[in-house]
Amino acid sequence: MLNGICMHNKDKLLENEITPIVADNLSVSFGNINILNDVSFKIENKHITAVIGPNGAGKSVLLQTINGLTNIQEGKITFNSFLNSNAVRKKQALVFQYPTLLRRSVLSNMEFIAEIYKNADRKIIQNTLIRCGLDGYDQKSARLLSGGEKQRLSLARALLSQPSILLLDEPTANLDPFSLKLIEDIILEENEKGTCIILTTHDMAQAKRLAKNIIFMNKGKVIEQTDADIFFKKPKTTQASKYIHGEILL
Amino acid sequence: MNIIQEALIKALDLVITFDESLFEILLLSFKVSGISLLLSCFIGLPLGTLLAIKNFWGRNSVLILFNTMMGLPPVVVGLMVYLLVSRSGPLGWLGILYTPTAMIIAQMILITPIIVSLTAQIIEEISQEYKNLFVSLVVPSHKAIMAYLYDARYSILTVILAGFGRAISEVGAVIIVGGNIDHLTRVMTTTIALETSKGNLSLALALGIILLLIALVTNFVLITIKMNAKRHMYA
Repeated sequence: MLNGICMHNKDKLLENEITPIVADNLSVSFGNINILNDVSFKIENKHITAVIGPNGAGKSVLLQTINGLTNIQEGKITFNSFLNSNAVRKKQALVFQYPTLLRRSVLSNMEFIAEIYKNADRKIIQNTLIRCGLDGYDQKSARLLSGGEKQRLSLARALLSQPSILLLDEPTANLDPFSLKLIEDIILEENEKGTCIILTTHDMAQAKRLAKNIIFMNKGKVIEQTDADIFFKKPKTTQASKYIHGEILL
Repeated sequence: MNIIQEALIKALDLVITFDESLFEILLLSFKVSGISLLLSCFIGLPLGTLLAIKNFWGRNSVLILFNTMMGLPPVVVGLMVYLLVSRSGPLGWLGILYTPTAMIIAQMILITPIIVSLTAQIIEEISQEYKNLFVSLVVPSHKAIMAYLYDARYSILTVILAGFGRAISEVGAVIIVGGNIDHLTRVMTTTIALETSKGNLSLALALGIILLLIALVTNFVLITIKMNAKRHMYA
C-alpha cells in the first residue's frame, strides 16, 4: 500500500486504465448531515454516464467524491482496483458547476494547467481554445467572461489535462443554445476518443441525447442504475418514473 | 514671519536645492527600509501563505501570535535587538551595533509579522475559492503557493506598502540600535527627532514633507494599480 494505492505500485498505475470505477457502500457526511448514504455503483465501460436526480440528491457530491474531494466515512471507491490517490486524480478532470477560474487572462488559465501537466505547448492550447469556441479570447480576463464562456474555458482547461475520466457537474446549466451544443459535441467527441464521461444534469433531453448509462439518485442514495434506453422507456422504480414525469418525489 | 512659515520655506529650499545632507539621510532611509522590507517579504509572504492554506495543530495560536506581534512596540524591539547585538550580548561578536545592519534587523522584526498576518488573511480568502480546484488538479504545494501569491498580487501590494510604511516611519527601534550617528546611521525619522529637539525645525520639516510625499506617491500608485486591476477583475 503506497499513498492509498493498493494491489499495484504507483508506476504501474501510470500505464494502466483507471476504469472500471466501482463504488462499494459509500457514505459521505458533512458534519451530522449524511449526503451520500450507502452508495454503490459500477461504471464498467467508457460510455457516457449521466447522474440524474432531484436537487439535493447528492449528485455533485458524488462527482466530488469520485474526484477525491470529500472524505469518505464508510465504504470505498476504486478505479480499476486502485484506491483514489494523486496519481489516479491526475487521470481525472472535474468541471465544476460554478467554474473556478484563476484571476488571470484566459491564456494564463490554460498555461497554468499546461505547466502542471507538462503536456501541452502553445499550439495545443490554441487548438483547445478554438475547439471550445474561445478563439481570440487569449488576453481577456477570465473573470470577465460570460457564464457560457466561463463554462467553456473550464471545459477547455479540463481537456488540456487529457483525462481518462471526465467529470462534468451540470456542464450546460443555464447556457445558451450555442454553448450547449458546443459542449455536447465536445462531450461526444471526447467519448469517441475513449474518455469515460460522467456528468450530472437536470435536463432529461440531454441525458437521452448523450448518456448510455443512467445513475438515478434521490436523498443521497442510488435508486437505480441502468441502461439509458431502459431507464427512459421503462424505469424499474416508481421514484424514477415519477422523476421522469416531473412529479414531486417525497 | 510666522515660525512655521519660515521653517516651511527653508524646508522647501532644502528639497528644491537637493541639499546633500538631506539626500544622504534620504538614501540611507530607503536603503535600510528597502532591505528590511525585501527580507521580510522573502520570509513573510510564503510563511503567511502556508499559514493560510495548511491545517496543522496550533495553527490558530501561530496566527494569533503574529497578529499580536503586529503591534510590537518599536522601542521594545530596539531594546531586544540592542541586548542581542551589544558587545556583551549573544551576537555581540558580530560587531553590528550602531550599524545599518542592526537597524535592518530591528525593522525586519517589526514588519515581518505585518507581512505574515496580512498575507495570511488575503490568501485565506482566495484559497477558499481555489482549494477544490487545486486539490482536483493535484497542484503541488510550491506551485499552489506561487499561484496564490500571484493571483492575490494586487492585494499583496497593499501588504508590502503597509510594511514599507511601518519601516520608513519607524523611529524608536532604529534610534536605539543605530545610535543616530551622522553619516552612518542617521535616517529621516531619527533626524526629525534630533533636529526638533535642537530647535532646527527647517531640516526636520523638510524631512517631514518628504515623508508625507512618499506616503502620497505610494498611495497614489497603489490606488491606480488596484483600480486598474479591478477594472480587469484581477483584484
